[in-house]
Amino acid sequence: MAINTGLASLSETLWTVATGTYMLAVVAYTGEYAFGRNGRIAQTSPATDRERIAEPVREPALVGGGAGGEGVGQHPYGAGVVAGRQVAGRRWGRWAVALTILAATIHLGSLAIRGIAVDRVPWGNMYEFTLVVALVATIAWLATLIRMPQLRYLGLFVMMPVLLLMFLAGTLYTKASKLVPALQSYWLAIHVSSIATAEGILVTSAALTGMYLVRARHERGGSGRLARWGARLPAAASLDKAAYRTVAFAFPIYTAGVIFGAIWAEAAWGRYWGWDPKETWAFIAWVIYAMYLHARATAGWRGSRAAYINLLGFAAMTFNFFVVNIVISGLHSYAGLN
Amino acid sequence: MSTERPMRAVTPRYVGRLLWRRLTSMRTAIVLLFLLALAAVPGSLLPQRPLNPAKVQAYLASHGAWGRFLDRIGAFDVFGSYWFSAVYLLLFASLIGCLIPRIAVYARALRAKPIQAPRHLGRLAENGTLSSPLDPQQAAERAGRTLRPRWRTVVRDEPAGALTISAEKGYSREAGNLVFHVCLLLALVLVAVGKLNSYQGSIVAVEGTGFCNRPISYDTFHSGRLVNNGALANFCIDNLDSFTASYRPDGTAQQFRAAVTYSTGLDGAPRHDVITVNHPLRTQGDRVYLINHGFAPTVTVTRPGKAPITDTEAFLPEDELYTSEGAFSFAGADTAPGTDLGLSAVFAPTPLIQHGIVSSVAPIAQHPVLAVLAYTGTLNPTGQPQSVYSLNADAIASGKLKRVGAQNLSVGQSLKLPDGTTVRFDGYRQWASLQVSHDPTQLLLLIAAVLMVFGLLGSLAVRRRRLWLRITPAPAAAEAGLGSLIAVGGLARNDSGNFGAEFAAILQRLAAELDSVPAQPAEARAGDPVGAGRD
Repeated sequence: MAINTGLASLSETLWTVATGTYMLAVVAYTGEYAFGRNGRIAQTSPATDRERIAEPVREPALVGGGAGGEGVGQHPYGAGVVAGRQVAGRRWGRWAVALTILAATIHLGSLAIRGIAVDRVPWGNMYEFTLVVALVATIAWLATLIRMPQLRYLGLFVMMPVLLLMFLAGTLYTKASKLVPALQSYWLAIHVSSIATAEGILVTSAALTGMYLVRARHERGGSGRLARWGARLPAAASLDKAAYRTVAFAFPIYTAGVIFGAIWAEAAWGRYWGWDPKETWAFIAWVIYAMYLHARATAGWRGSRAAYINLLGFAAMTFNFFVVNIVISGLHSYAGLN
Repeated sequence: MSTERPMRAVTPRYVGRLLWRRLTSMRTAIVLLFLLALAAVPGSLLPQRPLNPAKVQAYLASHGAWGRFLDRIGAFDVFGSYWFSAVYLLLFASLIGCLIPRIAVYARALRAKPIQAPRHLGRLAENGTLSSPLDPQQAAERAGRTLRPRWRTVVRDEPAGALTISAEKGYSREAGNLVFHVCLLLALVLVAVGKLNSYQGSIVAVEGTGFCNRPISYDTFHSGRLVNNGALANFCIDNLDSFTASYRPDGTAQQFRAAVTYSTGLDGAPRHDVITVNHPLRTQGDRVYLINHGFAPTVTVTRPGKAPITDTEAFLPEDELYTSEGAFSFAGADTAPGTDLGLSAVFAPTPLIQHGIVSSVAPIAQHPVLAVLAYTGTLNPTGQPQSVYSLNADAIASGKLKRVGAQNLSVGQSLKLPDGTTVRFDGYRQWASLQVSHDPTQLLLLIAAVLMVFGLLGSLAVRRRRLWLRITPAPAAAEAGLGSLIAVGGLARNDSGNFGAEFAAILQRLAAELDSVPAQPAEARAGDPVGAGRD
């Protein structure tokens, strides 16, 4: 079956529309971040000081009842400036989530149509893979919102990386094409999707860890911009726990993804492991995340140290995706950029 | 710092135990994991000998003393170097030292009863109270029945006539943890055993030829130390029947297929199979892979007064469009040294000739051209082994091989040399590079790897939690129909999941089983002596 160029260009149009919609979602998240209860304006206006005194300091907690999202907005002063801002912030936030869902749907459509156009799974080159990772990260974020709606005001910091991935996909763009014989295997569907899922979730974990480090600095009473910014984030303990859970969720998927890769390598290249640069960096990232899980359970390594290990793991994974694909030549050179 | 501890004699045994304790600590494990990740980095950034020896040579040639230094410390074979091995062996020693006691502890924990109820269940993170018309004995029985399918429980008597139930759940967390680590160790052992017992041979087979699984058949052959090279699995690829490369209209490759006839030692009957990329031929623990392919032109050389000789040689592709280079060698008469004939040639499947230079513009054969340079003289002056894909460059440079003719030949055309010899380009066949691999442990390794994932799931997804019930007889003053008061407390030992919701659900189930009113709200409980008269 030949490539359906009509569908391929429709898929590209949808990519543009999805990226634009994500951009609008990010604007709306920014609006909520600025005007919401935990937002910048609420934090700096005198009215909020009043509110803070009236309402005993309650950290926005990650764990807890699902009603938290709406509950947080209620406060003793039913009227006035603050209340107006509350409503505005909430409205921004709802728009943000609605736009995110819309963008993710269009995004999914773009990938599905690309898959139909080329009659294969739509993750055969770097452009497509980047789109899949961005979609998984968005879905992971929406899933997090179902469990913890009170986190919505942090959407800016999760969706910003997604938007970056969308733009990046644009720079990595590869014409819709069929697969070279080496990629014609059902393992492409299994191996690459499991790795993309794990990586999408680990993007979220890295974002949470970044916030944790800022917040932890704030809680230690640090001064400076970063520490001040930390005042608006959830409690460090909650962020740390959420970052750990996301890694604990993604790590077995990543492990399975690497094993699927080894099974495929046995069928395609005659050995299950050969220290190809891609394999080597998958090993390095795996070892670093294993280190994170151990550090998280060891006195003296919990907290910031473990958090830096998490970020290091993310760095290794990112290096594996960009540098190994583009700069280092190896058996996994399918980027399609040459 | 002067502590008054008695000095301990520094015996070797003491130092040994100290070192062992250090090695098996979690901190050491973390540091070793970090070193392992760090040590692997140069393996991806520097060329590696087992993967690409030619690149290593090029690196050495261009980096002088720095390259020689790197070579000496094993940086061009990182994963076989002593320092990489040292890190992972230390890590595995550390792991063994950590695992053995943990397995022992776990074995004891499996037999042990859940621990006694704390005195004040109301102080636990999760707690609640129930009341029941049943007497304590019945209530304990019912509560135990409710919990038992999922929880390990034990009932104890307390002095004041109260009963306690201790329940615990989530034992598979540590089991998963242990399974993962034991399988990891097992996997390393299997990899090592596999390395020692595996072999790999590769061969360039031209259509119409075959080979048998013997070290001598292969162009390159590597085997582990425990492989008996004289007794490899008995099978032959009798014939490469055909090789087909198909391309799409845009020139990208669509499929490569090698059709083979093979026979195994069992009955020797010929069988047929098609090997494609991703689909090796699997036979008796050996696998045959299609690795590469190319063209093998055929020429016929007719010397004056001699019988014609026909030869087909595999040519090496020089680019993605299969402009290929190679050579033919025809030895002269033994009695007349210096009468060898050598042909250095370029084969272009779909030729484009610009300024006399031939190159290919498509990977499929359409009116192919063979550009021939003919030399006579001594093909191999030194007698050393030399490449079959090119003539001896030194012999050409030193004049031992002299160029006697050059021409671009289409199929059927001939080149006539000054001495009357003709070289005819007859056509071409295709070749496939096949690789035979044998690794007896890989299936076991796969099983270990799958168990590792399951272990990991258990150790990361299962939570350990404890639950206690203290069932006290209702005070005599209480209203009629009230049999016992039950305090419930729960504790999650791992900070994952939502134990609060689970606890609330358990409390509800217990309330239903014990015919109790719903669990009392937390506020009412504080400082309220067992909620008297609340029914």
